[in-house]
Amino acid sequence: MTREFTVEEVQRYARHIILPGVGAEGQRKLLEAKVVCIGTGGLGSPVSMYLAAAGVGTIGLVDFDVVDLSNLQRQIAHGTSDVGRPKVESARDALNEINPNVDVVTYDTILTSENAFDVLGPWDIVVDGTDNFPVRYLVNDATQMLGKPLVYGSIYQFEGQATVFRPGRETPCYRCLFPQPPPPGTVPSCAEGGVFGVLPGIVGTIQATEAIKLATGLGETLEGRLLIFDALTMDFTTVKLRWDADCPVCGKEPTVTELIDYDQFCGIPSRAD
Amino acid sequence: MSVNVKLPTILRKHAGGEARVDAQGATLRELLSNLEGSYPGITKNVLTADGGLHRFINVYVNDEDVRYLGSLETELKDGDTISILPAVAGG
Repeated sequence: MTREFTVEEVQRYARHIILPGVGAEGQRKLLEAKVVCIGTGGLGSPVSMYLAAAGVGTIGLVDFDVVDLSNLQRQIAHGTSDVGRPKVESARDALNEINPNVDVVTYDTILTSENAFDVLGPWDIVVDGTDNFPVRYLVNDATQMLGKPLVYGSIYQFEGQATVFRPGRETPCYRCLFPQPPPPGTVPSCAEGGVFGVLPGIVGTIQATEAIKLATGLGETLEGRLLIFDALTMDFTTVKLRWDADCPVCGKEPTVTELIDYDQFCGIPSRAD
Repeated sequence: MSVNVKLPTILRKHAGGEARVDAQGATLRELLSNLEGSYPGITKNVLTADGGLHRFINVYVNDEDVRYLGSLETELKDGDTISILPAVAGG
């Protein structure tokens, strides 16, 4: 049965409904879409805010952290009065203020090998906006095993990366891109290395774009390409992203067939954001 | 062969803060060796102790990952763009 728009929805989504390529059909797909954001910080803020504005019907927020004053330079879902609150609550309020029709589901928890399938299972699309390697590898492995598309974005100082991993026949995953994380201590976290405040806004908005394209079937996503962005030179580059037949998760003979936690070999502070 | 090398932020400190440098080399191995000669320390985190490529830093010749070309023996052409891309995890 085709869902009818309410009068309020027709007004709210008017610029999408009249937009060739999206239209009423695309807007309906957005209203029915379920997208979960891992992390509600620098990347998760713009991702979830744009998804809420676009009318994505159900948005999941996963974060264990509380809002800190040092977050506000870039994590735009949170405000000064939110300092000390759980980020998922603060972000939920921000999304509901933008669009009260969105059903926001919060997970005030760290994603682990124990809970990843339960947390990610109900969702159509997963957006990775976390801040550490162990969870990035975990989200990759879990989405590959669950067969769910993953919208990847990552930042460091002035640089960002984004792509879409879509499990399927001979399609790449995050481990095809980076088979191993850097050894502990070689890459500083945002807390140690700093981050240019607008950078996650740019990369997160690209992730939101890709999630909306996946939900609506619009255009061509970054599948098979990695977007590299440098804010200092304003250089956007795309390089080819290939499936690795020897990948331990999505290769011909997978050796990683269940979820594992990577904390044992990733000594990078995961709470530093 | 003169090629242009795009450096990630983390390596720019070795090259006086430059985002791009020109360098010479008939192969990627030769290019990295020349880069190290001009900018000591720049390949320390790109190459392993035994001279291979790390699995957490990718090198692209134009838009192709050298792992799918000839790795360090990948031949370079005049005007190629080399991009060095470390895994980053910030969010």
